[in-house]
Amino acid sequence: MPEDLYSQVINSRIGGFVAGNVGLPQPVELDRYEPGGPVIDGEVLLGAAPGGRLSGPVARALAGAGAVVKTELNGEVRVAAGEAGLDAGVWNPEGGAEARFKALVLDATGISDSTDLRELWKFFHPTIRQVERSGRIVVLGTAPGACGSPRQATAQRALEGFTRAVGKEVRKGASSQLVYVDHGAEDAIDSTLRFLLSPRSAYVSGQVVRIAEPVAEIPRFDPERPLQGKVALVTGASRGIGAAIADVLSRDGAHVVGLDVPSLEEDLKEVVGQIGGSALAADITEDEAPARIADHLASEHEGVDIVVHNAGVTRDKTLGRMDAERWDLLMDINLSAQERIDDGLLERDLIRANGRLIGVSSISGIAGNAGQTNYSTSKAGVIGRVESMAPIVGKAGVTINAVAPGFIETAMTKAMPVPTREAGRRMNSMLQGGLPLDVAEAIAWFAGPGSAGVNGNVVRVCGQSLIGA
Amino acid sequence: MNENTRPAYILGGNRIPFARSNAQYAKASNQDMLTTVIDGIATSHSLQGERLGEVAAGAVLKHARDINLTREAVLGTKLAPETPAYDIGQACGTGLEAAILAANKIALGQTESAIAGGADTTSDAPISLNDDLREILLEANAARSTTARIKVLAKVRPGQIVPDFPRNAEPRTGLSMGEHTAIMAREWGLTREEQDELAAASHQNLAAAYDRGFMDDLVSPYLGLERDGNLRPDATVESLAKLKPVFGGEGGTMTAGNSTPLSDGASAVLLGTEEWAAGHGIEPLARFVDAEVAAVDYVGKKEGLLMAPAYAVPRMLERNGLTLQDFDLYEIHEAFAAQVLSTLKAWDDPVFCKQRLGLDAPLGEIDRAKLNVNGGSLGVGHPFAATGGRIVASLAKALAERGEGRGLISICAASGQGVVAILER
Repeated sequence: MPEDLYSQVINSRIGGFVAGNVGLPQPVELDRYEPGGPVIDGEVLLGAAPGGRLSGPVARALAGAGAVVKTELNGEVRVAAGEAGLDAGVWNPEGGAEARFKALVLDATGISDSTDLRELWKFFHPTIRQVERSGRIVVLGTAPGACGSPRQATAQRALEGFTRAVGKEVRKGASSQLVYVDHGAEDAIDSTLRFLLSPRSAYVSGQVVRIAEPVAEIPRFDPERPLQGKVALVTGASRGIGAAIADVLSRDGAHVVGLDVPSLEEDLKEVVGQIGGSALAADITEDEAPARIADHLASEHEGVDIVVHNAGVTRDKTLGRMDAERWDLLMDINLSAQERIDDGLLERDLIRANGRLIGVSSISGIAGNAGQTNYSTSKAGVIGRVESMAPIVGKAGVTINAVAPGFIETAMTKAMPVPTREAGRRMNSMLQGGLPLDVAEAIAWFAGPGSAGVNGNVVRVCGQSLIGA
Repeated sequence: MNENTRPAYILGGNRIPFARSNAQYAKASNQDMLTTVIDGIATSHSLQGERLGEVAAGAVLKHARDINLTREAVLGTKLAPETPAYDIGQACGTGLEAAILAANKIALGQTESAIAGGADTTSDAPISLNDDLREILLEANAARSTTARIKVLAKVRPGQIVPDFPRNAEPRTGLSMGEHTAIMAREWGLTREEQDELAAASHQNLAAAYDRGFMDDLVSPYLGLERDGNLRPDATVESLAKLKPVFGGEGGTMTAGNSTPLSDGASAVLLGTEEWAAGHGIEPLARFVDAEVAAVDYVGKKEGLLMAPAYAVPRMLERNGLTLQDFDLYEIHEAFAAQVLSTLKAWDDPVFCKQRLGLDAPLGEIDRAKLNVNGGSLGVGHPFAATGGRIVASLAKALAERGEGRGLISICAASGQGVVAILER
């Protein structure tokens, strides 16, 4: 049960009765990841539009994730399932209205013309009402820019309208995503499929992810502790989302170096103490900060694998009333300091092979927000950084991506006025706010060694907020 | 032991028309019916007074007193009383298994000739005593004095005086065969329509076979029946669509029309070497090439109860260097239309063939025009142990009618077994 008061009330018997009759939103409890739990807790229905190229890789990914799969009895998907070693059951679209699925996965790469878009209706029309609570819908395609003809690009771009609309239609905490897979990236889809199908992506919906050819070879790793042996720097780690990021990366096996300002050193030490990480007190706006950070990582760990720029502030004011300090300090902390720190690490070659740079943007940076001209500017800048740096760091075997959180339940949002807060909470497909854990899980997905094909992506963790797209 | 084998041939067959339970054969016993069909072979092939190598037969629902069913039946025929006989039991696989055993002894040189068959009646079913009552009666029987006997008998309670009817349920799962098959139908996504289509074809092909005289030397009238009592020559998909589902709960696809009815009947098949046949003026119909038996774990691994033939056939094909398509005729026992269809879909499914059979590629489809061309169990009926003999004789004659060819037999059986065979001319 989401912990806010409204959710508690509306899910009681009387509340439910009222809500059902008056049409009030009824948020459900979202499945969340528990260590040792299955990747997908239920059956996956796998299908493909004829002529696709991903049946095999998707079947193999599902087999590797230990998924229980059903497919139609004939067609390339069935052959692919057999070859991947999947003991797949049989799905007959004409019968079995009682079947329930935890996930519907469609390989839509075979859609090469707008007339083929009918395959979407064919696969989802008989099955969309059979998706379980916290269910998952994933459509895979080819990025329009990588298509061979305008007809194909048109049809593949159309997929995004479908998955977004599906996300807004499905109830009970189910999510919907589109994954574009480049040619040459077919063997790099596992980490993304696992993330999107698992409870880790509880608060991600309506998103488009692009998987490109991996920047580095994907090594073998333990899916339960993928970051074993890795060192991660997390800024702003003393509380809120930063603390959750430190927690999750550590759970996944990394040694976390938490960074925060000296005035919060005690809280920082408590956070890293609990996870067996280490603390680095520094003010990232100071001139010497990049060198100090690089020195620390070089001497203590001979480098770093993952850098998460979570540190960020708000200094809300309408533009006409915003003084220079509110602008300058925020821009430095939220954007310029990150650039300097990354430069320092890249210059000294401290980011190891298959390394990860991760930024924290915001839906405010995508859609703008009144009273946040400084904040929105900085967060859009994070997006610009990701998009511009991706090809450059990619050549060095490093990826750079960003999460864009929506309404996340933190001390900051608790302090908002009630009407604004309730609106923020409900104006998304999940009908509830997300948790810092949800942002951390998305970051952990970017950080994993299996995500070497995920570069230059900005993924919202917003429960498919109605704000922006 | 003889090191050389020689071929065994199917020489002929005889059966009585199969009746629905509690109809024309309500009072006929297994022994009556088995005696009739064995005698029928003796008459039509002029074997009066002949000592055959052996007679192998069985019945699934068997009275306790029928411990020597086949031998007692033989003693009631015109065959020489010096003809040995034995009973075997493998649920619905009994008839075909009897033919395998008979053919094997011929092939090994232990016999020159044999009859294999089976009988079953669900009307004259064996009823046993409630177990508690039975134990008390046995104890009373063993008591040494009248007073002791009376004391034991005083233990009888009214609730124990209830007969124990044979139940159609697998002991380890508590589910009936129909319920097990309904699970298979759901797992393979079978539609009502495809099952009814198979059932309609079964009746129509059987009627056509009778009409053109194919059954004339295979079926002998008995107790007022000339054709199988279950046959509905005008059965169509539309008429079958009117029946209500009986297995599979709400939205079930299995009806009385696409499941075999409880039936009574018997069949027998004559086998022998080429020389023995020639010496008796009999033209062999087909050669008994090979056979295989498989069993599945329907309890622990929850494989479909009636899926065993799907495992047996690939093993036999490999041993003989054949593909599934190398046959001119297929006889698949229609225990339920769903059983036949599940088996066919399994053979064509890359997942089943890879995961369960360990094959690199699916076995593929069969040509449905070659399946059960002279009718199947859904039209004929299915007295359990009699079906094997019916199919062997019918297929052998069909191959002879063509002049040459190869046929595949596949029969599923309760408790997760399946018996399959190849005949060739």
